[in-house]
Amino acid sequence: MDLLGLLTDYTLRNVLLGAALLGVVSGVLGTFAVLRGQGLLGDALAHAALPGICLAFLLTGSKAMPVLLLGAGVAAWLGALLLLWIVRQTRLAQDAALGIVLAVFFEFGLTLLTVANRRPDATQAGLDRYLFGQAATLVGENVIVMAVLAAIALLATAAVYKELKLLAFDPDFGSSLGFGVGPLSVALTTLITVAILIGLQTVGVVLMAAMLIGPAAAARQWTNRLSTMIALSAAFGAAAGVVGALISASASRIPTGPMIVLALTVIVVGSILFAPARGVLPEWWRTRRAAPETPA
Amino acid sequence: MSSLSVILLTGALVAAACALLGSFVLVRKMAMMTDAISHAILPGIVAAYFLAKGPNLIAGFVGAAAAGLLTVAFVEALQRSRKVTKEAAIGIVFPALFALGVLITSRFFADVHLDADAVLYGSIELAAEDLLLVGDRSLGPQALWVMGGLLLVDLAFVLLLYKELKLATFDPALAASLGFPPVWLHYALMAMVSVTAVGGFTAVGAVLVVALFIVPPATAFLLTDRLPRLIALSVLLGVGGAIAGTLAAFALDTSVAGAIASVTGLIFGLALLFSPTQGLLRRAWRLAAQLPRLP
Repeated sequence: MDLLGLLTDYTLRNVLLGAALLGVVSGVLGTFAVLRGQGLLGDALAHAALPGICLAFLLTGSKAMPVLLLGAGVAAWLGALLLLWIVRQTRLAQDAALGIVLAVFFEFGLTLLTVANRRPDATQAGLDRYLFGQAATLVGENVIVMAVLAAIALLATAAVYKELKLLAFDPDFGSSLGFGVGPLSVALTTLITVAILIGLQTVGVVLMAAMLIGPAAAARQWTNRLSTMIALSAAFGAAAGVVGALISASASRIPTGPMIVLALTVIVVGSILFAPARGVLPEWWRTRRAAPETPA
Repeated sequence: MSSLSVILLTGALVAAACALLGSFVLVRKMAMMTDAISHAILPGIVAAYFLAKGPNLIAGFVGAAAAGLLTVAFVEALQRSRKVTKEAAIGIVFPALFALGVLITSRFFADVHLDADAVLYGSIELAAEDLLLVGDRSLGPQALWVMGGLLLVDLAFVLLLYKELKLATFDPALAASLGFPPVWLHYALMAMVSVTAVGGFTAVGAVLVVALFIVPPATAFLLTDRLPRLIALSVLLGVGGAIAGTLAAFALDTSVAGAIASVTGLIFGLALLFSPTQGLLRRAWRLAAQLPRLP
């Protein structure tokens, strides 16, 4: 298929749009998450969404995307609150809290999924489609839901940009100015949950960690300015999404989600190695040139 | 042996092995490394099956251990470069390896039973049906042999290196000056985690392995301050959770892996509220006792 054929193909257009939307939103929100040292939140919350998807189906009997995503969002959000609360209230470290929420929520969801699949009206309910990212099954309607979610997340981020910036760099100063760190943390977590909802169907639960961390980690290597970092991160996320989706469409049996993540990994490794100011190789080159000649 | 008793025993063995190592992982603040490792061993197993020309138990273990150590090495290298933080390093490395594993599987092994959902969900329900065959003789359920062996190896590891592990965890500088570099112990522990994870994940699924590595030790951490008690309590809570979870799953006719993790989560919740030293109720009580009384 030639490039024009690819771009006019209905299925592929949906996949490309979905992947690009995911890349932009997770790139923007990932920047704040990574700067706060909460990049793995995406991993935990993506797993925590499973019980919500199953409960939403069990309660309503509907498999409509907005219904299931609402359930996913509520479960992930509750998981996030529980996580923040465990970290604040106990002496457990953040990574232990992440692991607890991730594994317990996901496995509880698995019990519910087993129950859901047993229901007579559920012909293998297809609920796990929302977890393992089957980008190729995206239809126009899914992409519209994703676009709405993306618009909400980006507008909300823009609205509280200044506050999020304070939260990322100097939470103490922020709270001294009267911004509640608690509420802001919850706000950021809520926005990250929205990014995850977009990602579940495109790359799936396991790879969501990469979508939130990768673009931001790559962008960080090129700049010291937050605004530039956000723009670069969004661009890297979108580029990985589009390139991954195109490669996956160009040959058979290349799953889209993993391909997107591998494209992203190339961008991350490239940035870490070659970025002019912080890259490993430029740094090595500078120290080598600065080192005095060894006397004979 | 009945199918239920095989499943009960398998679950208990996985839980004990994971809790044993998980206690050290938790106090070393590396809980999320178990998540990374249990996902990243996928490409290692795939590559090993490819080289062994088919699903092969031993090859699978070697491949998994190699992939696990590679994950640790990549994360350490990224971290040491100071270009990204530790948690970002984890989040970059393991999805990349998992993606590679899924890609290779779906491109070259479409017929091999090794898909992403099976990796995450596990299939402990089938533990009694998968028999270990030597020649033509059946030696009983394979999962029991594998997990029993792994538990023994883990136990030997912890008993033999207990003092070293403890020292390297709480005083790495002293450990180094006494002649056992913490880095080696760190890699040894991570290798044990990888091997245990592969045994566990074929039996119960990657996510339940993570739950069993983290949740019982975290619960014990809320209940005691001493390492030996922490380890004993973790193993006890893990095994108890596995047995109670399996029975609950059979009573409610649902997923065994799911029920085991749900029960361990429930126990964690109880400890969170009612722990005599760390519990929220206890702390609220203490706070209330400090409030000035009305005249």
